[in-house]
Amino acid sequence: MPLSEIFDVLSGGALVTVQIVVMALPLATFMAFLSGLLRLSDHRSLRWTATVYVEFFRGTSALIQLYWIYFVLPFFGISIDAITAGVVALGFNIGAYGSEVVRGGLLSVDKGQTEAAIALNFSPRQRLWRIILPQALVGMMPPFGNLAIELVKATSLVSLITIADLTYRAKSLADMTLQVEEIFGLVLVFYFVMAQVLTLCIRALEKYLGKGMDRGGLT
Amino acid sequence: MSDFAVEFDNVTKKFGDNVLFEHFNFNIRKNEVVSIIGPSGSGKSTLLRILMTLESIDAGMVRVQGESLWHMQKNGAWLPADERHLRKCRGHMGMVFQHFNLFPHMTVLRNITEAPIHVLGQSKEEARANGMELLRTVGLADKADAYPSRLSGGQKQRVGIARALAMKPSILLLDEITSALDPELVDEVLEVIRKLAAEDAYTMMLVTHEMYFAREISDRVCFFDAGQIVEEGPPEQIFNAPNHERTRAFLNSFLNI
Repeated sequence: MPLSEIFDVLSGGALVTVQIVVMALPLATFMAFLSGLLRLSDHRSLRWTATVYVEFFRGTSALIQLYWIYFVLPFFGISIDAITAGVVALGFNIGAYGSEVVRGGLLSVDKGQTEAAIALNFSPRQRLWRIILPQALVGMMPPFGNLAIELVKATSLVSLITIADLTYRAKSLADMTLQVEEIFGLVLVFYFVMAQVLTLCIRALEKYLGKGMDRGGLT
Repeated sequence: MSDFAVEFDNVTKKFGDNVLFEHFNFNIRKNEVVSIIGPSGSGKSTLLRILMTLESIDAGMVRVQGESLWHMQKNGAWLPADERHLRKCRGHMGMVFQHFNLFPHMTVLRNITEAPIHVLGQSKEEARANGMELLRTVGLADKADAYPSRLSGGQKQRVGIARALAMKPSILLLDEITSALDPELVDEVLEVIRKLAAEDAYTMMLVTHEMYFAREISDRVCFFDAGQIVEEGPPEQIFNAPNHERTRAFLNSFLNI
């Protein structure tokens, strides 16, 4: 099979992979912030709920989580399509790791900032959203970048629940044509390019959020 | 209505098992400028932090402009203050910090206008106009759009003062505001405070190690050590003729440098 044809087939798979990333990334971010903030809540039950979520999704295999959502939940009357199952599993899994990034980022902001915010009579909610979070976000960006790349690569798991993503198509093509060097070589390049694009985006975001703040970093 | 802006009534403060002060009584009259001097670690700053609600108390009563700070009355019963009550009381006070604690993600002007807009409900135009006026007062109008990271320590602290004033407090709490500054930058900050004290519009409580400055601007100087006011009085008396041996020893350690 000529290389251009292989490229076309793999491109179609890469598009599916990108779709899953584009849907799972916002879900992971949402779960990370929700559980990260709840883990710092004053209410024990909220803290506890968030901790159970984080420890469960960090502490068990992402692949088995995916199998549960796609293959086991139907036995309990909950059937969802493969793409949704993939997005939910990856979003919840990466979100659990992100939770610790959010919590750590919030705790790393100097205590003097909260004290100044109290002295200026901001409400507890204003302190968080106007003073602490904008500063914490900057420090969260590098570990979030790691997780985003982790997410891109973890999407290959969805090939095991019938989704024709990049990895799935590469394997089918390889089985068919036996041109393993070209196919898996191209797949590496595809994943690498996706990760690089994400890295650049997150670095730009870090720079934007850190405007005015003196921090060491890549320029 | 009480004649006092600040009252400590039989207050006890502990950190764990460590008793910082017990049965502590202390008042500040309206528009009085009071300096607290004393050895490091004696709990001087804790007095200010209790007033700004950054530290709670273990017993007794603190009143700010006649209003109990850490307690509120509900149906005749005294209860611990809730966030709403604390926010009402905090409005009387402004605090300037040793380490400035400016918001690094905001420009100088926004540092000053953020709370007036979102806490006091001022319009953006009004807050900006007030903010620029305050920046002119502290001599930093040209830095309005700069970020704090671009300022010197003295400039940062002058922004810190402007930020506190923007909330229109009646009581100013100044917590070792020149201790983190290079010596040559101390004067530009003290000059601003000197002007404020001369206005006679604020009740001011300073914790400071600047003895000459305390002497110059204070109505009353208090020597605080080991959880109590050892000696207090007009600056001339405290600095020229201290009665107490511990006050003398402390002041000598400063003057002999």
